[in-house]
Amino acid sequence: MTAGTLISGQRGDGLALAATGSWTAEHARTLEPLVDAVTRDKASIRSVAIDVARIERLDTYGAWLLERALRTWSGHGCETRIVGLSEDYRGLFEKIRAGTHKLTPEPRRPNMVIATLESVGKTMTLVGEDIALLAQMLGALIVAFARVLMRPHTFRFTSMVNHLERVGWNAVPIILMMTLLIGAILAQQGIFHFRTFGADIYVVDMVGVLVLREIGVVIVCIMVAGRSGSAYTAELGSMKMREEVDALRTMGFDPVEVLILPRILALVIAVPILTFLGSMAALYGGGLVSWLYGGITPTVFMSRLHDAVSVQSFEVGIVKAPFMAVIIGLVACMEGLQVKGSAESLGAKTTDSVVKSIFLVIVLDGLFAVFFASIGI
Amino acid sequence: MTPAPNSEIIKVRNLVVDFQAHRVLNGVNVELYRGEILGFVGASGAGKSTLARTIIGLLPKRAGTIEIFGIDIDKANHEQKRAIDRRWGVLFQQGALFSSLTVGKNIEFPIREYLRLSDRLATEMAVAKLEMVGLSPDVYREYPSELSGGMIKRAALARALALDPEILFLDEPTSGLDPISAGEFDALILTLQQTLGISVLMVTHDLDSLHRVCDRIAVLGDGKIIAAGTMDKMMESKHPWLMSYFHGDRAHADWHVRVKG
Repeated sequence: MTAGTLISGQRGDGLALAATGSWTAEHARTLEPLVDAVTRDKASIRSVAIDVARIERLDTYGAWLLERALRTWSGHGCETRIVGLSEDYRGLFEKIRAGTHKLTPEPRRPNMVIATLESVGKTMTLVGEDIALLAQMLGALIVAFARVLMRPHTFRFTSMVNHLERVGWNAVPIILMMTLLIGAILAQQGIFHFRTFGADIYVVDMVGVLVLREIGVVIVCIMVAGRSGSAYTAELGSMKMREEVDALRTMGFDPVEVLILPRILALVIAVPILTFLGSMAALYGGGLVSWLYGGITPTVFMSRLHDAVSVQSFEVGIVKAPFMAVIIGLVACMEGLQVKGSAESLGAKTTDSVVKSIFLVIVLDGLFAVFFASIGI
Repeated sequence: MTPAPNSEIIKVRNLVVDFQAHRVLNGVNVELYRGEILGFVGASGAGKSTLARTIIGLLPKRAGTIEIFGIDIDKANHEQKRAIDRRWGVLFQQGALFSSLTVGKNIEFPIREYLRLSDRLATEMAVAKLEMVGLSPDVYREYPSELSGGMIKRAALARALALDPEILFLDEPTSGLDPISAGEFDALILTLQQTLGISVLMVTHDLDSLHRVCDRIAVLGDGKIIAAGTMDKMMESKHPWLMSYFHGDRAHADWHVRVKG
């Protein structure tokens, strides 16, 4: 199909234009400069007539380009008219004519400093809201727990066991593998650097204390937050999206008691067990590397470990686990219940849940460090 | 080069489509004529959407031929297929607007990709399309998540119309709309079809829009077209499924009067 053309002829202050060919979307790119060229001269013209009788095909693109030209001229006080418009295209042309085609100017962006301050302020209020929500969730959880303690038969034991399998039992292989590797890497780095001043053997102290007091529980909690916390958020979020949570409420059940309490209790049971398993795996990995890479035999390793760490080091680590579990569970469930109708919000909340729970796990670990230091352990 | 009226713009012959072991379509013959509005109806799961999705190439077929603008899809090369894609617009059931782009950028997306226009013209055309579907130009800067269900359908229709297509596919255009919005949407489709001269293929469950909008109706059942024709013909049919569909409880009394009168 031939591209459209625009033939112009000027008589005094009157301009006569004849449009021919095909004025359609695929030719719009070549037509626009044609239209721009004829509309450039506005001052000397008093009246314009566009003859469209010889247009073979017209669509909204062509119609708008013609209309745009007409509007430019009439904006300068010209008389404009369209000649020879066929019946087929009359409706189309009128539809285009009816539109304003004007975009309201974009609202002015505020000053960059102000915009930054504004976003900081908004974030801070969000943080405040999060803390309030977390406290609220903790309160609801305690109330639900107290209620269950008073009427133990209402506790959803099956549900808890199900979650225990998913967040505890199923997590064992990956936790063991990860902590084994962490222990091995710690030992390797320790030996590599301690060797330069002949203190290889102290690697056992380092691995033992670090793993039992800090690394074991923190690594396990990060893994649990990423693996189980995100799953909790996604599950609760999709239940919220499909109004299942509301359905529970209308039947007279408390979602915290039915959905959240079994999940968090499962975490509180699972995380200490996983921490114990993880710590043992890390020590095993450390011992393995000490033997193969550092030449410290298992017997030496064991006796050195016996001197370096006490049951207290282990207790310091393991006592943190249930608290971490509660934090992970609370954040995951809180974010899950905040999911709105759309799938995007589900994704965003799941991400938020993992980021916030890992952050809080590390903050909590720091608080524990301060606490243990002040009581002298 | 305008083809004669009443020419077949889409021609489907002996189409067979399987979902794993389950045969959904088994020998479908259907055609869309230039300038008409064809409605697909059928029970849930009869394969209406499957048929539409197979025609637009989203689902693979087992056997049969599909001709669009006289080109056999199986024999078309990449350029021909791309040219066909450019000549149809699809309105998905949920709108399928890109959630990361504003409504305006959604409409401009195909315009920029295919036509490479100046920024000014692309924006003007996007605004023109918005106004054509009855939305305010202010919607241009909003994100799909900020729109109501009816507005999403309209914005999605504007995107489907972005390149001035010759065929428009509508998948349940009025589902999820209240009766007033649904009626307005039907009217919009009718006026757009008349002013732009588009051929429309719509899948629908809405008896009202079948009556108001469709020139012809094709009924799918048992993997085949069990009847095709005008609304009057459907009303007269003695096929049990058609009887219960068009004369059932949900059918309005006034249609019977209208058809008989």
